[in-house]
Amino acid sequence: MRPVIKADGVSKLYKLGEIGTGTLSHDLQRWLSKVRGKEDPFSIIGAVNDRTSKENDGYAWALRDISFEVNEGDVLGIIGRNGAGKSTLLKILSRVTLPTKGHVDVKGRIASLLEVGTGFHPELTGRDNIFLNGAILGMRKNEIKRKFDEIVDFAGVAKYVDTPVKRYSSGMYVRLAFAVAAHLESEILIIDEVLAVGDAEFQKKCLGKMGDVSKKEGRTILFVSHNMASVKSLCTHGIVLHNGMYAFEGPTHEAVNFYQKNSNLNQFLNFDLNSKNIIGNENIKIIEFKVEALHGDYISVSSGISFECTFFNVKVGINLDITFELVNSEEVKIFHHGALIAKSRDSKEGVYKIKGHLPAYTLNAGQYKFNLIFGENQRYVLFSESELIGFEVANESLGSNTEILPGILRPNIPYEIDFQK
Amino acid sequence: MSKEIDKNLSWDFRIEANETPFKLGLIDVWHYRDLLFLFVKRDIVTVYKQTILGPLWFFIQPILTTITFMFVFGNLAGLSTDGVPQILFYLGGITIWNYFNDLLTSTSKTFTENAPIFGKVYFPRLILPLSKVVSNLLKFGIQFALFLIILVVFLIRGADLDPNLHITFVPILLLMMGGLGLGFGLISSSMTTKYRDLAFLITFGVQLLMFASPVIYPMSSISEKYQLYLWLNPLTSILEAFKYSFLGSGYFDWFWLGYSGVFMLIILAFGAFIFNKIEKSFIDTV
Repeated sequence: MRPVIKADGVSKLYKLGEIGTGTLSHDLQRWLSKVRGKEDPFSIIGAVNDRTSKENDGYAWALRDISFEVNEGDVLGIIGRNGAGKSTLLKILSRVTLPTKGHVDVKGRIASLLEVGTGFHPELTGRDNIFLNGAILGMRKNEIKRKFDEIVDFAGVAKYVDTPVKRYSSGMYVRLAFAVAAHLESEILIIDEVLAVGDAEFQKKCLGKMGDVSKKEGRTILFVSHNMASVKSLCTHGIVLHNGMYAFEGPTHEAVNFYQKNSNLNQFLNFDLNSKNIIGNENIKIIEFKVEALHGDYISVSSGISFECTFFNVKVGINLDITFELVNSEEVKIFHHGALIAKSRDSKEGVYKIKGHLPAYTLNAGQYKFNLIFGENQRYVLFSESELIGFEVANESLGSNTEILPGILRPNIPYEIDFQK
Repeated sequence: MSKEIDKNLSWDFRIEANETPFKLGLIDVWHYRDLLFLFVKRDIVTVYKQTILGPLWFFIQPILTTITFMFVFGNLAGLSTDGVPQILFYLGGITIWNYFNDLLTSTSKTFTENAPIFGKVYFPRLILPLSKVVSNLLKFGIQFALFLIILVVFLIRGADLDPNLHITFVPILLLMMGGLGLGFGLISSSMTTKYRDLAFLITFGVQLLMFASPVIYPMSSISEKYQLYLWLNPLTSILEAFKYSFLGSGYFDWFWLGYSGVFMLIILAFGAFIFNKIEKSFIDTV
């Protein structure tokens, strides 16, 4: 066993906002300091990629100083919240983008599957697309030829292999795309949450195939997923990323535990009223906004969820209202609900605090985000901000089933069961 | 893992920030040669999918253009064709001009059109523009065959044409035309990633460039005073040489062909350099 991937101090700096407007001077300054061998003047030292506190400088580190090794045959799970830097890391490893600093040494061919069906052309037949997609992913024509029947078989599209893929159902399309990728012969396979597609049965088949790939063929897999159950069942060990930084590495179950315990700790915003980074406008400034478990250490299906917002109101003598909007990771609005803070034109200038909670067994496991809207007379928006904070509801296994159940709600229904006859 | 063992490990490649833009990665391109031909196949097969006439369009386009040119420039404007039958003069010009034109416009869209793929998977980016060179060469081949057929028909009927041994240089002329098209295409594809306006400038600019090149008129119809300016256009000597080889009218000028060749090499080298540089950071700026 030898390491096949060795990352050393990998960092990635992104410029936020629009690119290409008025940046010629920035570009020049940057270039000058680079020529003189100085630190980039537009990167803030120690600035982290924390979406909850907005930096005004316009540059953010998506990754900072990530170092790790992956041994041959390992299945490494990369875990982290949205924006933790997982995708950036995968993009660097798959050579789609380059690191700003640091380097990665690689032994063997890397095939990356950041998306299924990259380069599929709707007008081409299934057969042509298998070859095209396989070649894009780095396969030679002969390899594809050899595996062709296996791919078609795995995808279950034998009857339609000479039909243009635009006539495929979306399920067939995804199955075919995954089948090509699953039969890659590269030494290292990088997979980004593509398993979130297709029906449950096919997902299982994919997981099984991936398991085979690592166990029987001794290939190395890097796997990113929000689905802790599949991470646990597939990976040998895990890395946890937090705000672009390396937070934990260890055996899978420890990494998952670490992530679930810690992923909720920073689910809050907290600013000094005078801070230049405070979120708000001339009407409203948000001082604190946090989500916590109602009972227990971390938010889970059974913990209940409490949320609390402290804000500074400027407008005096109006009807002030606040609306909380909860959105899940598929951008489905779970609720849009709020309260009247002042209802008879008697709002005061100063700090208000509002607190609410959702009882246990309400939300299903998954990722959620809070949007916040402040209004006047329930008509005019005084201030609104999307995705202020995000949090994850950890799954709770129901009997022997450790997988996340489908559905938005996760009720605990007291059933009455009688034997009738 | 101790440092000593570390030193003994061999690595296949290293992903790091400071890759030099002078390294073209042609070995990598060679490894992905199958992909190149699959892209060519995709381009050719999908262009006229779901059209009634299908591949016939490869012929219809130059024929209609030629007829239009014959009518507008030949009859209405009365431009000289140096005694060559109009249909051959225009078709010959259009055939080789289209190779340059199509190559330039298709390669200049490399980054903007393929951003979704480039954002998801690595392969040598140079594969795409190179595949355009090949697919456009095939397209040229089809139109060139049409030109040859008509040429032969005219020769049999005894038209006063003089195809000569200079025809043996035609592959080199094509290479130069391809190099210029690819070079300019690489440059514009790289520039359009940052400044989208350039995309409009290019479609428009290429149209104008046709009038600044001897496609619809022969060099000999230009007054001595302006001929030098026209020769400075690197396409001029290639177009003239092409027509001279097949039709016997025009100029086969070694000096200006040399000039175009050097011009082509510089543009191509600069294009490859800038493309290589942009390729590495492009995905962060779209």
